[in-house]
Amino acid sequence: MRELELSRRAFLSTSGVFMIGHATPDAWAQAAKTSPKSPNNPDLLADSLDAYLAIDKTGKVDVFYGAIDGGQGLETSIAQMVAEELDVPLSSIRMIMGDTRRTLNMGGASGAQGVSRRGTSLMKAAALARQMLVEEAARKFGAKPTDLDVKDGVIYLRANPARRIAYTKIVRGRPFQAKVRWNGQWGNPHDIATDAPLKSYKDYRVIGQSPRRADLTSKVFGEQKFPGDVRLPGMLHARMVRPPVAGAVPTSVDETSIRHIPGAKTVHIKNFLAVVAPKEWDAVRALRAVKVEWSQSNPAFPTHREIHAHIRKAMVTQRTIEKENGKVEEGLVKAARVISGEYEYPTHSHASMGPGCAVVDVRANGATIYTSTQKPHYAADGVADLLNIPRESVHVVWMFGTGSYGRNDQGDATADAAVLSKALGAPVRVQWMREESLGWDPKGTASVNFCKAGIDEKGEVIAYELISRGFSRENVATNEGRASGTLAGQLLGAKLEPKNTFNIPFASYTFANNRVGWETISPLMDRASPLRSTHLRDPYGPPILFGSECFMDEIAVAVDMDPVDFRLRYLTHPRDKDAVRIAAEKAGWRKRASPRKDIDSASDVVEGRGIAYRRHFDTFIALVAEVRVNRRSGVVEPTRLVCAHDVGLIINPETLRHVIERQLIYGTSRTTVEELAWDRNMVTSIDWNSYPVLHMRHAPPRIDIHLIERPEAAPSGAAEMALGLVPAAMGNAVFDATGVRLRKIPFTPDYVKTMLNT
Amino acid sequence: MSQKMTFNVNGHRHTILIDDPDMPLLYALRDDLGLDNPRFGCGLGQCGACTVHIDGVPTRSCSLPVSAVGKGRITTLHGLGDRKKPHPLQTAWIEEQVNQCGYCINGWLMEGAALLARNPKPTEEEARAAFGDLICRCGTHNAAVRAVLRASKQA
Ligand code: FES
Ligand code: FES
Repeated sequence: MRELELSRRAFLSTSGVFMIGHATPDAWAQAAKTSPKSPNNPDLLADSLDAYLAIDKTGKVDVFYGAIDGGQGLETSIAQMVAEELDVPLSSIRMIMGDTRRTLNMGGASGAQGVSRRGTSLMKAAALARQMLVEEAARKFGAKPTDLDVKDGVIYLRANPARRIAYTKIVRGRPFQAKVRWNGQWGNPHDIATDAPLKSYKDYRVIGQSPRRADLTSKVFGEQKFPGDVRLPGMLHARMVRPPVAGAVPTSVDETSIRHIPGAKTVHIKNFLAVVAPKEWDAVRALRAVKVEWSQSNPAFPTHREIHAHIRKAMVTQRTIEKENGKVEEGLVKAARVISGEYEYPTHSHASMGPGCAVVDVRANGATIYTSTQKPHYAADGVADLLNIPRESVHVVWMFGTGSYGRNDQGDATADAAVLSKALGAPVRVQWMREESLGWDPKGTASVNFCKAGIDEKGEVIAYELISRGFSRENVATNEGRASGTLAGQLLGAKLEPKNTFNIPFASYTFANNRVGWETISPLMDRASPLRSTHLRDPYGPPILFGSECFMDEIAVAVDMDPVDFRLRYLTHPRDKDAVRIAAEKAGWRKRASPRKDIDSASDVVEGRGIAYRRHFDTFIALVAEVRVNRRSGVVEPTRLVCAHDVGLIINPETLRHVIERQLIYGTSRTTVEELAWDRNMVTSIDWNSYPVLHMRHAPPRIDIHLIERPEAAPSGAAEMALGLVPAAMGNAVFDATGVRLRKIPFTPDYVKTMLNT
Repeated sequence: MSQKMTFNVNGHRHTILIDDPDMPLLYALRDDLGLDNPRFGCGLGQCGACTVHIDGVPTRSCSLPVSAVGKGRITTLHGLGDRKKPHPLQTAWIEEQVNQCGYCINGWLMEGAALLARNPKPTEEEARAAFGDLICRCGTHNAAVRAVLRASKQA
């Protein structure tokens, strides 16, 4: 094999080709006006290939993934995507995740877009790198690039495979120094383009395989370090002191109350209060012992039992119609029959397995943060804002940690630790308590769905309206990127920046006169509220689909149609229809209208089946639930879930199945047991009894997943799309079994019994 | 007044100074001994994240005062098995790719291993019952049951 000696210059001149003469005058050109320097590290340039991947001297490929893996296997799936386009062995890929010094802000975990957005960006980068390497080899071989092929990081002449050169011999540890076209965006919308063609799915060798997840082995042997395991010299342990009544602030703190605890002291800045100690247990003891006087506060909250009545009568602060066609009112007037239904969804806590925990070390020249937040770049920005220091001086080291599943308390714990570390001049580890994690994490909002349909004499739906109303989903931002969005910032007096957003899922149901929209009402408390609302996993899925997909069944009942046939009649997109058809077929669905007519009226235990359907981005899903209802005890058990799932191109089928199965169990938890409780003053869900979550006895014992193969379609997301169907599929199944329509989540035995007896 | 206490963890003896005999074992393991396997999930004995074995019995270390440990032999997840000598349930756990985030993993693996020790061929119902008190917010319940059944077949 010929040793190739390339000068740095030669390699660079090759790469230069890719930046000149290929730019098209489109929206991307606009991006040229934005500085490509990462605000978190100006040495990283978003328009440079080197910000996306690097090949070292040994052939290891560093992939700079500006997001994270919350346990859904993205580390491996994204590595597969890059290995595929780069034609290197999967084992040579090293994923660098979430580190703000080494990666660009690609949005963190959000909307299950790890594969669909961030993975495809990295594939484009990999394709460009491969193309550059092949062109360089072609020049050295005196051949055309099309005469060459690549396998496992070695380029060879197809006609003479002995003529070969490894990537490492070309790169020799140097940067590519090539440009990519960057769209000028950070966060979720970040994207790049290059002129290097992507492979056809027909040529895939790594994508479509199911290698095991890289992180799992170290977790199983107890080797994986989480942020809570970081120990720095001189580190102090902290616990936050929260008020017993929402809105109360500390007026005086009795430092002598903790004097007996070794090294314990309080940190009291404006309304922010914590205790710290060198030893962790002493911090817990100090939290229990510290005597604080709190200001009077009278939040006078409507309780969780009253919240839906409150939502119904509160003044609407914003109304947005997302989709409208025809004239709904005229349709309703013309209709032979009008039916309506209301559905209530409760407030949910993120209720993460691990309460928020972070270690922060603030020094004169910046801050280092160890956190498992799902949005590390925003964590850096938020701490910079909170401490009023430059963004690039904050370094977030992202680590695996508890599943966050939305804007949980992790970002708030990070902000707390930053404030404390600065105040104390020492590294600080903040660990939230269980009660605090349920009581003070940002919440998923309660909502009410108002549904209406007009049906003509022939049984045709000629009017449809769905309005969902609740609190804004961004009372605090969906990330901790601003001081105003963190509890610490709010306690320290940051100017509030609430937004009024809600959003609604779409399907291709096509009704002649149709209106779908949302309304928001004012928050119950403006500042440092334990009920402040934000994004919780699949933010607008379960709350709204519970209403819209149960109501589809109500219409089907009104026109005496089978629920599957009814959906197929009004859905128009072929992938929508396929998902519904396939779920029904795999579940062994027998055509008939609900409720079933063959119920033994003497039997306590009855069974039924229900279906629900959704589209989320370009993921198309239908779920059939089979339930058993005990009419005496009110217990509803899912006995089987059958899911048909179309995500487009599938990167790793086994991981995809895992992710779907586990989220359906999580969705069952949100459907059958979870509800945040509070009284006039404060959240009263303080532990796993008062905020019940799914235990084994509630888990659906059988879950069948059918992956619909569409390799020609772009990959969409999967990490939260199916769970939103559980409430409606189960609600429809309960109706099928009992003839009784459940209108409120969760399906607790008490609630179900009440409904069956009325 | 602080006193010396000796713990036998994963076959090693450790002596530490204890100020408060009511301190839960979890804090001695994590903070004093730097053994990070057991994790803080609730501190209330309700979730399982802090589980270790004491003489083979799964125990919530967040709710056991250090003064009550006595001479009990403590085993953490890492003491159950490692890459060189994995416990069969750890092997099955990897084969079934059970976890997502893994924050709950100590409770599930330690309960599962204890089940297999007392009942090497559990039925699916027995496996479900053994995991009955545990929490996993990632929904790995069914996968954990499959892992136990897989490990029991290989035993
Ligand atoms: S942390 Fe011990 S049971 Fe939850
Ligand atoms: S795997 Fe995340 S809590 Fe169990």
